[in-house]
Amino acid sequence: MKTVQQQYEVGRHPDLPPPLVERGVVKWVRDNFFSDATSIVLTAVALYFLYKVVPPFVEWAFVDAVWNADHRNECRARGEGACWAVLRARIAQFTYGYYPAHLYWRVNTAFVLLFVALAPLLFEHVPGRRYLLWFSLAYPVLAFFLLWGGLGLEPVESAKFGGFLLTIVIGVTGIVGSLPLGILLALGRRSRLLIVHTISMVFIEFVRGVPLITLLFIASTLLNYFLPPGTYFDLLLRVLIMVTLFASAYLAEVIRGGLAGIPKGQFEAADSLGLGYWKSMRLIILPQALHISIPNIVNTFISLYKDTTLVVIVGLADPLGISRATLADSKWQGLSTEIYIAIAVFFFVSCFAMSRYSLYLEKKLHTGH
Amino acid sequence: MSAQEKSMSVSDEMMIEMNGVHKWYGQFHVLKNINLTVKRGERIVICGPSGSGKSTLIRCINRLEEHQQGEIIVEGTELTGNLKHIEQIRREVGMVFQHFNLFPHLTVMENCTLAPIWVRHMPKQEAEEVAMNYLRQVQIPEQAEKFPGQLSGGQQQRAAIARSLCMRPKVMLFDEPTSALDPEMIKEVLDIMIELARDGMTMICVTHEMGFAKTVANRVIFMDDGEIIEQNEPEEFFANPKNERTQLFLSQILQH
Ligand SMILES: Nc1ncnc2c1ncn2[C@@H]1O[C@H](COP(=O)(O)OP(=O)(O)OP(=O)(O)O)[C@@H](O)[C@H]1O
Ligand SMILES: [Mg+2]
Repeated sequence: MKTVQQQYEVGRHPDLPPPLVERGVVKWVRDNFFSDATSIVLTAVALYFLYKVVPPFVEWAFVDAVWNADHRNECRARGEGACWAVLRARIAQFTYGYYPAHLYWRVNTAFVLLFVALAPLLFEHVPGRRYLLWFSLAYPVLAFFLLWGGLGLEPVESAKFGGFLLTIVIGVTGIVGSLPLGILLALGRRSRLLIVHTISMVFIEFVRGVPLITLLFIASTLLNYFLPPGTYFDLLLRVLIMVTLFASAYLAEVIRGGLAGIPKGQFEAADSLGLGYWKSMRLIILPQALHISIPNIVNTFISLYKDTTLVVIVGLADPLGISRATLADSKWQGLSTEIYIAIAVFFFVSCFAMSRYSLYLEKKLHTGH
Repeated sequence: MSAQEKSMSVSDEMMIEMNGVHKWYGQFHVLKNINLTVKRGERIVICGPSGSGKSTLIRCINRLEEHQQGEIIVEGTELTGNLKHIEQIRREVGMVFQHFNLFPHLTVMENCTLAPIWVRHMPKQEAEEVAMNYLRQVQIPEQAEKFPGQLSGGQQQRAAIARSLCMRPKVMLFDEPTSALDPEMIKEVLDIMIELARDGMTMICVTHEMGFAKTVANRVIFMDDGEIIEQNEPEEFFANPKNERTQLFLSQILQH
């Protein structure tokens, strides 16, 4: 095909739009799905697969689904679709576990305030950030009293915690606790002081070398032997400590990798300006090391968050524990698919949010070097 | 600068004293019996072949490297293991590196104000005013809000010089400040250094820029194999080098 080219005087050529085939949806579809034989085959296979899977799923999950029913048989009587009624019936348990219903407001308040406390930590341009940071600092104490009671609030035992509440309590505590600990361990492992170095290294290697489950069992049983008889040491508290220690060992190694990636010149420049060890770590080295390690740090957080489901093994009622109880109820027997899908969606939303935040942070911190 | 102009700023006050300094890397004897005194306002250029220990020598002065024998006294304070003394000396001794070593996560302005704020406890606003003055002096005030990664090599090195100056050091150490730069940027950095020399800054520069040495140095030192082989005023040093190793070195670098 020969196109007629308009002639322009030299130096007077105007900016022209690109030829039509080179832009827009058509080009995008062609480039991405039909660029060569392989991609055409792959596209066809993928389309066939989607055709086989998506419509039946939509039919099951939405079209034929039953949202209101008192028990499983009522669902089945109305069709073969998903019986989401089980979630409606058990939503409170999945959310709060066995937390007293008249105190749900305390959990809700703590949950909402969690976001208020996180906002100034996660985002730089939050109005009133300076003051909010003080709130973030006070939040753990506040949340503790809201959730467990005390100071005039009706006390609630840890044993009553469950469902997503438990997941979030363990996940958030683990994340918030393990980051500073992981940083200290990473610095300790690089320390020139022999004792600090050895303690950090032994701790990291021991904790990394043992499965989390084992640590949880230690937390639930073995500690009783060490502690003086009659000491009461809350199971959830022990689990929180173990999860935090476990994650901190992994983080320490991730951060150590980041520290190793900082050029020697950065340490020397900081030294030559007279910044002492802690200031140069805090102002120069760690900001860069943490920046490099963001993807791995978030990765560790995501695994920690998902590993909270393991606490079901030591008898805590996390969402999987609640689903066991629900499935054991004759009214809702056999509805495991619905329940597990719901739990999967909950975890996916949380983890996907973390993953997106980490991308956002990396982009924001990029300074063109 | 004329000879007279050069000697004018030199006072009798002792800034740096190195007496019989030795250093080893493992078995490798890298500094051998270094004796060197630098007076306030003096400008010293150190040259010598690669691996002769020039960097090691000036890095001993602010304790980026530790010497094992002999004494180093900076501004009346002896460098020992005492961390307080080391930090005190580092506050008074500025250093400019071959590869700039700017902090890439901070803007040029933040690079300059960081140490004054955190080490000298200067209020932020004052630190920024001081920094702006020095950025003007090195002629990059318009780059203040940029990150180092967005500057040219020459601009980065000038920012690094400004960062050091913001601490108002009494001595400046330069370790081959122009050797990582493209030719067209070398002059802009040397001009700044000449300016500094005119202002009477005490300087020790490791450099192979012989034109610069002739212009500003009170003394040129030639090092080889960990030793100070020869030192003299630049006119004499370049016109009549006494040691044959010096002659060989000069003939090699003056060829191009
Ligand atoms: N950390 C170190 N460990 C062991 N040897 C080292 C170390 N740093 C330097 N050296 C050695 O010490 C010698 C002197 O090094 P130095 O960097 O002082 O030389 P230089 O004169 O600055 O050379 P250049 O002109 O190449 O910068 C070299 O042979 C080098 O290989
Ligand atoms: Mg060197």
